[in-house]
Amino acid sequence: MTSPIAGGVDCDLHPAVPHLTSLLPYMNDYWRDQVTTRGMTDLVSQSYPTNSPISSRPDWRPGQGKPGAVLADMQRQALDRFQVSYGICNPLYGVQMVFSEDMQDAFCRALNDWLVKEWLDKDERLRGSIVIPTQSVEKSVAEIERCATDKRFVQVLMLVMGDMPLGKRAYWPIYAAAERLGLPIGIHAGSAYHNPPTSIGWGSYHIEDYVAQATAFQNQLTSLIVEGVFARHPALKMVMLESGFTWLPAYLWRLHKFWRGVRMETPWVDRAPAEIVRSNIRFSLQPVDAPPDPATLNRLFDHMQSDELLLFSTDYPHWHFDGDEVLPPGLSADLVRKIMIDNPLATYGRLTKVKETTP
Amino acid sequence: MNVQFRPESSTSASIKTAIADGDIHPARATNAELYPFMAKRWHGHLETYGKQAYHGMMEGPPYPKAQPNASRRDAWPPEGGPQGSSLSFMQKQLLDPYNVALGVLNPLNSGQGLRNQDLAGAICSAINDWQIEKWTSKDSRLKASIVVPTEDGVAAAAEIRKRAGDKNFVQVLLLSRNVEPLGQRRYWPIYEAAAEIGLPVGIHAFGFGGNPLTPSGWPSFYIEEMVGHAQCQQTVLASVVLEGVFERYPKLKMVMIEAGFGWAPSLAWRLDKTFERLHSEVPHLKRKPSEYIRDHIWWTTQPMEDPERREHLFQVIEWIGWDRLLFATDYPHWDFDEPSRVLPAGVSDANREAFYLGNAKKLYGIS
Repeated sequence: MTSPIAGGVDCDLHPAVPHLTSLLPYMNDYWRDQVTTRGMTDLVSQSYPTNSPISSRPDWRPGQGKPGAVLADMQRQALDRFQVSYGICNPLYGVQMVFSEDMQDAFCRALNDWLVKEWLDKDERLRGSIVIPTQSVEKSVAEIERCATDKRFVQVLMLVMGDMPLGKRAYWPIYAAAERLGLPIGIHAGSAYHNPPTSIGWGSYHIEDYVAQATAFQNQLTSLIVEGVFARHPALKMVMLESGFTWLPAYLWRLHKFWRGVRMETPWVDRAPAEIVRSNIRFSLQPVDAPPDPATLNRLFDHMQSDELLLFSTDYPHWHFDGDEVLPPGLSADLVRKIMIDNPLATYGRLTKVKETTP
Repeated sequence: MNVQFRPESSTSASIKTAIADGDIHPARATNAELYPFMAKRWHGHLETYGKQAYHGMMEGPPYPKAQPNASRRDAWPPEGGPQGSSLSFMQKQLLDPYNVALGVLNPLNSGQGLRNQDLAGAICSAINDWQIEKWTSKDSRLKASIVVPTEDGVAAAAEIRKRAGDKNFVQVLLLSRNVEPLGQRRYWPIYEAAAEIGLPVGIHAFGFGGNPLTPSGWPSFYIEEMVGHAQCQQTVLASVVLEGVFERYPKLKMVMIEAGFGWAPSLAWRLDKTFERLHSEVPHLKRKPSEYIRDHIWWTTQPMEDPERREHLFQVIEWIGWDRLLFATDYPHWDFDEPSRVLPAGVSDANREAFYLGNAKKLYGIS
């Protein structure tokens, strides 16, 4: 195995909301009443069933409650264990499944406030992602602006499977706000289930949904690139979270070939797709979808033609590795430093802001 | 790939060794060409109601192609009719100059992907007869694919069994995008019949099945549809493997047609890794997903992925296996891969022969 080094940035941590009722203190009277009188159930998404093996490493699973719900566990099992200087919290609570933009807005606001009070305020290494109500672009922008005044929010979080392809122009005000405020857009695995979870319809199994996440990231990258998001917002960074990355080279080879062939259809795409990826797109490390053999992995890294694309992540508490084997075998010391420290710091410009401004 | 990137003298760049072409698209000069093979009832039906696919257009594709019929600008037959509709011109432009010893016909724009299953069945059966009449009986290098009304598994299986033992046909053809993922049980009668009569099932990119083309809905552009075939095809393969199709039909072989192959290793690794965690959900699988893929799946090559450094692609082929790739041109479509320019020097003679001809002859049972 490759040993992690101290002082890294864990770019994908999942603090769990214990239950919808945990958010009640962060809602106004109307929404508190709605949740209770209508008997709303907990928003657990099929993307991550609580008891599914991928939702938690066996030795990270608590005696009771949801994995990732207790700060002390996260500290002991991830933050302390891998000696990180920062950990970015990406709550995967299923608010994206809600169809009403009003309800989704109320839940997102509650979720973001909950994250500040229950997590960010309690461990100064922690940073947060702003979960947005994508049913309304206007409300999403307002929520980004509201949360961004707290410098501990370092990213905007969206799901890879939503209502529309993410490059669609309707979403661009979100990207404009994020770019202006120095927030990367994090796109995380998971579905709002507003469309079938694969591009060919509904499969039968959880494993099918999970495997399909990687292809959903591929679809979204195509959309983001060919719609021209990065021609309009060249300073915008996007981070693919829990996306896998071993598919990237072959995907780009195909995209490049078709872009060359039919670029007259999208003339505003002013750079080759691989170039756009290298300047604007990053990927979290876990899961590493490759055999644990250094020769294969190094060949893949060679195919990626950049050592700046990967950002360290445990994906805590999801189960992708055992023991301390968070880094795949055979990485050079230089690459470890890039993945764990340099690349995340270069991506998340706001990470160090708090320390700079706090006396 | 695009015509403008090919040398003007491409057709003169003939190669001496014989090759197989795993993906040729024959077209009809007119729709009426099919009528002799269909009951009269359907002629009027087609003229009155049209085909009613799982998308809104009465004619043509919902994402306009980059050029007419997505075909090479030099592929219009001199005698008229759309590209790919003339045998003599296909011989002159493709089969003769490239020394094609085996050309597999994959008719698109057939009865597949229609909402009316009786109409779908009638058109598919007519296309199968038409392939013999217009193509395979006139040029023995050409072999046909059995097209079937995919959404009606029972009728599809009957059409397959009807063609059992007919040497004009070398595979059963499905499209990748259907009402449900292709591993679903409604399609199993197709696999059962194909395995029974000993033909591989080719799954060609394309089709519309009523599902948005991405798990986040409909994209805007033709390029997204085209690039997205690789994502659809990966999902098809995952579905077929995870549903246990190859446990149920251990003799079944499948060919992934016109969706690239560079994605295969990464998909197999992801399937294996996830399977390690979630095996208990799919106990009907007795082996790792990658093992089913290694034993049951072939890929046609066109459109070949195009890395900045070509050796990267050949490393990917090493991971897949030189014995699993079938060269294809996609004639007469615009993203034609030129046979003489696909493999660089340095590939061993044995791998070169397998890639261009041997794998296809073996898979399709051509001596």
